[in-house]
Amino acid sequence: MYDYLWLIPFFPLVGSIINGLFGKKIKNEAVIGGFATAMIGLSFVVSASCFFSLLNDPVKVHEQVLGSWMSVGHLQVEWGFLLDPLSALMIMVVTGVGTLIHLYSIGYMHGEEGFYRFFSYLNLFCFCMLMLVLGNNALVMFIGWEGVGLCSYLLIGYYFHKKSAGDAAKKAFVVNRVGDFGFLVGLGILFWTLGSHGVWTVKFTEIAANAHLLGAGSTVVTIVTLCFFLGATGKSAQIPLYTWLPDAMEGPTPVSALIHAATMVTAGVYMIGRMNILFAMSPTTMLIVAMVGAATAIFAASIGFAQNDIKRVLAYSTVSQLGFMFLAMGVGAFTAGIFHLMTHAFFKACLFLGSGSVIHGMHHGLHHAHSHDDPQDMRNMGGLSKKMKITYWTFLISTIAIAGIPPLAGFFSKDEILWWSFASTRGHWLLWLTATAAAMMTAFYMFRLVSMTFWGECRANPKAKDHIPESPWTITLPLIILAGLAALGGFVGVPALLGGSNHLATFLNPVFGHAQETFNLSAHGSHATEYGLMFFSVVVASIGIGIALYMYNKNPDLPGKFVARFPGLHRAVFNKWYVDEIYDALFVNPTKKLGTFLWKGFDVKLVDGVVNGVAATVEACARGMRYTQSGLIASYAMTMVIGVFVIIAYYVFK
Amino acid sequence: MQNLLSWMTFFPLVGLAILLFMPGAKENALKVWTLVVTIITFMISLPLAFDDVFKTSAAMHYTEFSKWISIGDFFQMNYNVGVDGISLWLVMLTTFIMPIAVLSTWQAVDKNVKGFMAMLLLLETAMLGAFVSIDLFLFYIFWELMLIPMYFLIGIWGGKNRIYAAVKFFLYTAVGSLLMLVAIIYVYYYGVKTGIATDGFSIVEFYKLGIPGNLQTWLFLAFAFSFAIKVPMFPLHTWLPDAHTEAPTAGSVILAAVLLKMGTYGYVRFAIPLFPEAMQTFTPLLATLAVIGIIYGALVAMMQDDVKKLVAYSSVSHLGFVMLGVFAMNLQGMAGGMLQMINHGISTGALFLIVGFLYERRHTREINEFGGLAKKMPIFATIFMIMTFSSIGLPGTNGFVGEFLAILGAFESELRWYAVVATTGVIFAAVYMLWMYQRVMFGECNNPKNADLKDLSAREITLMVPLLVFVFWIGVYPNTFFDKMNPALENLIKQVKSQQVAIVMPASTGEYTLGNPRLTHPGMPPQGHQ
Repeated sequence: MYDYLWLIPFFPLVGSIINGLFGKKIKNEAVIGGFATAMIGLSFVVSASCFFSLLNDPVKVHEQVLGSWMSVGHLQVEWGFLLDPLSALMIMVVTGVGTLIHLYSIGYMHGEEGFYRFFSYLNLFCFCMLMLVLGNNALVMFIGWEGVGLCSYLLIGYYFHKKSAGDAAKKAFVVNRVGDFGFLVGLGILFWTLGSHGVWTVKFTEIAANAHLLGAGSTVVTIVTLCFFLGATGKSAQIPLYTWLPDAMEGPTPVSALIHAATMVTAGVYMIGRMNILFAMSPTTMLIVAMVGAATAIFAASIGFAQNDIKRVLAYSTVSQLGFMFLAMGVGAFTAGIFHLMTHAFFKACLFLGSGSVIHGMHHGLHHAHSHDDPQDMRNMGGLSKKMKITYWTFLISTIAIAGIPPLAGFFSKDEILWWSFASTRGHWLLWLTATAAAMMTAFYMFRLVSMTFWGECRANPKAKDHIPESPWTITLPLIILAGLAALGGFVGVPALLGGSNHLATFLNPVFGHAQETFNLSAHGSHATEYGLMFFSVVVASIGIGIALYMYNKNPDLPGKFVARFPGLHRAVFNKWYVDEIYDALFVNPTKKLGTFLWKGFDVKLVDGVVNGVAATVEACARGMRYTQSGLIASYAMTMVIGVFVIIAYYVFK
Repeated sequence: MQNLLSWMTFFPLVGLAILLFMPGAKENALKVWTLVVTIITFMISLPLAFDDVFKTSAAMHYTEFSKWISIGDFFQMNYNVGVDGISLWLVMLTTFIMPIAVLSTWQAVDKNVKGFMAMLLLLETAMLGAFVSIDLFLFYIFWELMLIPMYFLIGIWGGKNRIYAAVKFFLYTAVGSLLMLVAIIYVYYYGVKTGIATDGFSIVEFYKLGIPGNLQTWLFLAFAFSFAIKVPMFPLHTWLPDAHTEAPTAGSVILAAVLLKMGTYGYVRFAIPLFPEAMQTFTPLLATLAVIGIIYGALVAMMQDDVKKLVAYSSVSHLGFVMLGVFAMNLQGMAGGMLQMINHGISTGALFLIVGFLYERRHTREINEFGGLAKKMPIFATIFMIMTFSSIGLPGTNGFVGEFLAILGAFESELRWYAVVATTGVIFAAVYMLWMYQRVMFGECNNPKNADLKDLSAREITLMVPLLVFVFWIGVYPNTFFDKMNPALENLIKQVKSQQVAIVMPASTGEYTLGNPRLTHPGMPPQGHQ
């Protein structure tokens, strides 16, 4: 079975090329969308068979090498794939969620100009993402790593005629490139440091096997992992490089679901998982990862409080949830991090697709009413639960899941993260406290969102009100499946305490076990503490939900009063703590000024000034000399006479 | 084929001779004939690319030798040509890019077509001659010969400011060449005096001269200065934006693709192996200039309003990567630098063609004049985007492989801190290219002058397709190129390092083998070597 590994990225690549080249001629939406969906669907079939083969296989690491990519001295890079429990899980998530979102897009993108272009990009994205997770060396991973950035750029800029879309696309790519800078530097340092010990490699298995040569806790391993982590903050939208993700919501909603929630943005978490040995070797980096994760979790959640655009709330929620995953990785809870990655992919994809369904309906209604209201603004919504039943129920399930209410998926994964951040050998109660507060805020802003969108009175344009339909089956079917996964997906990782056996931890043990044993990464505590924390987290989530219901359902005028009471605070939160403005002032504008100065000041004035100055001097001298060549015999004779006198005078007075 | 290199080098001249007898009014016939000549030249050169001898041998092949000018014992120069893994791909790049450049003139050139075509053919002979010369004096003749047609291409067929640009181009490069000429003659007489040089200006013999250190310094500086102007390295680059902006499209393409490579090639072939000790002394300075060039070129490119000037400044940045890789003096860096030369030829050549397409349609290159073209010209938009990302160095395209290896090579050498700074160039590259792309292609198409722009014609697509093929070929399977350049590069590195002074700091632990005679930082393990 493992011989067919290459087919997994191959199918979507074929789909992308064919739709890209011939889609314009094909025109028929069903053919284009169907073909693209079939390609990623085939990929899913192959992935699933690989996954299940691996489940029953005592050998957990399989590699497939297609051929050489670069062969230059001791740098030998192959086109190679690696299937182990970690990548097997990832390909299941990517192809599974990917297929559903392709299907969804057929309905959602109906009638859009450039329909074929969309599906070509979407397939291309899946190809890149699969290369990222399947690559057996850091460079194949980097192809995927930058490739998903490219697709993200193309898809955010899908409505390229809008300036905001073009800006957002460029911002996403450039900010990601800042991270990629870190990735490249980390890789460069890692390559020569390992090389100086006689191991020249970029292959993950060999890096892991020889990581001890760097020395646990050494400066170099800290630098290398910090560089890689910079890469992760770019791709996975963590402080300080998170600012591109909310803007990325300019892309079509299926893109937000697939790329900016379920898959691409988790690449940073995956990368840390892939290099877990290196990270485990540096407690400093681990601590920084955990702190950045926790800080991002609470910071992004706070911004989610005051946004009115339904997709923006979800975007900040994604940033916040990614923070949880990094917190997990930082305290050594690798399994929990990947677990949350998976459950988050389910419920967040469902939430985004649900929001897409809402926008689709709102758009339909507003269009009918010839209204130019924003179909994404929650202030125009309300009461949609009656109009869009399937969307509502699936959305609600996913919201409960993300809020961390048992026994839905989010509860198990988030609880494990909280437990580790408290009890892990690398944990700290402050990390736990921050994360718990963020969890409460999550419950609050998510129920605020549900309340504003689905409950209460409909605030839409009166003419639009009665024309908000439920979406077609291609949209609702993926919602139902994802909601099912959001509800039940957590059972693969039920902790021993609750009578489960945590299948996921067992499954991933071949990948993470070694590092966790070697560096003593484990969570210890009494059962009473564990029960207590679990209970506490449920209580906290419920409080968050309660406040949201109280403020937005029971007393709808309360939020307004609150804003009136604290206008400064509200303005700061509403404007995302002015981080974009600060970055502009600190980095963007000075760089532009420097560029202009170097061009107009240095190049034109200084260098060319010197060059032209030399030319002008030469010319001036030549002009002066010209007078001597007057062609008048008399003046030549005069010059000669003067010359003779000078020479004579020289010898006389010597 | 017997005398393949001579056939290849001088076939354009044969074509030129026939061209001169063709009626000047039949412009199409002139263009077709030039195209045919350049294609035949390409076909003559093709066996080189398929010859596997380069995979195993570092020596010069296809050599030809005959005595040329001798003035008693006083002066002896020969017609001595050959090709090895270092020049192979540059020769191929030249013969490959020429037909594309000719094809790009179809609608762009209507003034004195005969003269234009004659200049192109003369230029091709000069460039090929420079790449295959083994005799240093012969190289110098071709090197100078290149100047003349380029000067006229800019000065006669250029834009508004063409005279200024042409004179600036000429003066800059001529100043450098003269210094080099003095150094060449000095090296020759040193060789004659020591009795090592018996074959005229044969570079192969010059490699063995072992010139004393202090003398190397001055000679190296003369060579390095001349080549640095050609590359161009900061701060000697200011001729480039003007020359590029004013040159006709075909001129810009050749200038970017081939002429700039003369500078980098000059370092690899002459300046470094002839004066290894001086090279070692000046590496920090030159690497600093290379890194400044990377950042500087990118920052200035970012602020340009003229698309062509932007691409020109991006060249300064890209060639900084080439130089950094070369100065790393290890196989990864060298190979990366060499490949990046080819990549720059393909990607930047393509970008100049793209700017040319825009200019032919709108007769302006101001970024502000455009916007929203993606909707009007979808094929153009796609090709433009691929080339943009190739220039940015996206993995999977050619740009990544060269840039990555150059950086990796620098990380392995003592230039690793330079490498860190240079890597920030990947961020800036994304900034200036994507910002430009956005302003030209994205947004609403508001300018009425752009309302009925036509997408690419069949001819225009035809000339982009070969470039696109190589963007992905090199991106996915660069070994085609590495396999044949590695032996020659390895040999070169070995030879240079054996002549460099061994300054080895004691390493902190004894487990490293100290085979590497390069300077290492205290406390850091010495970098590995081949």
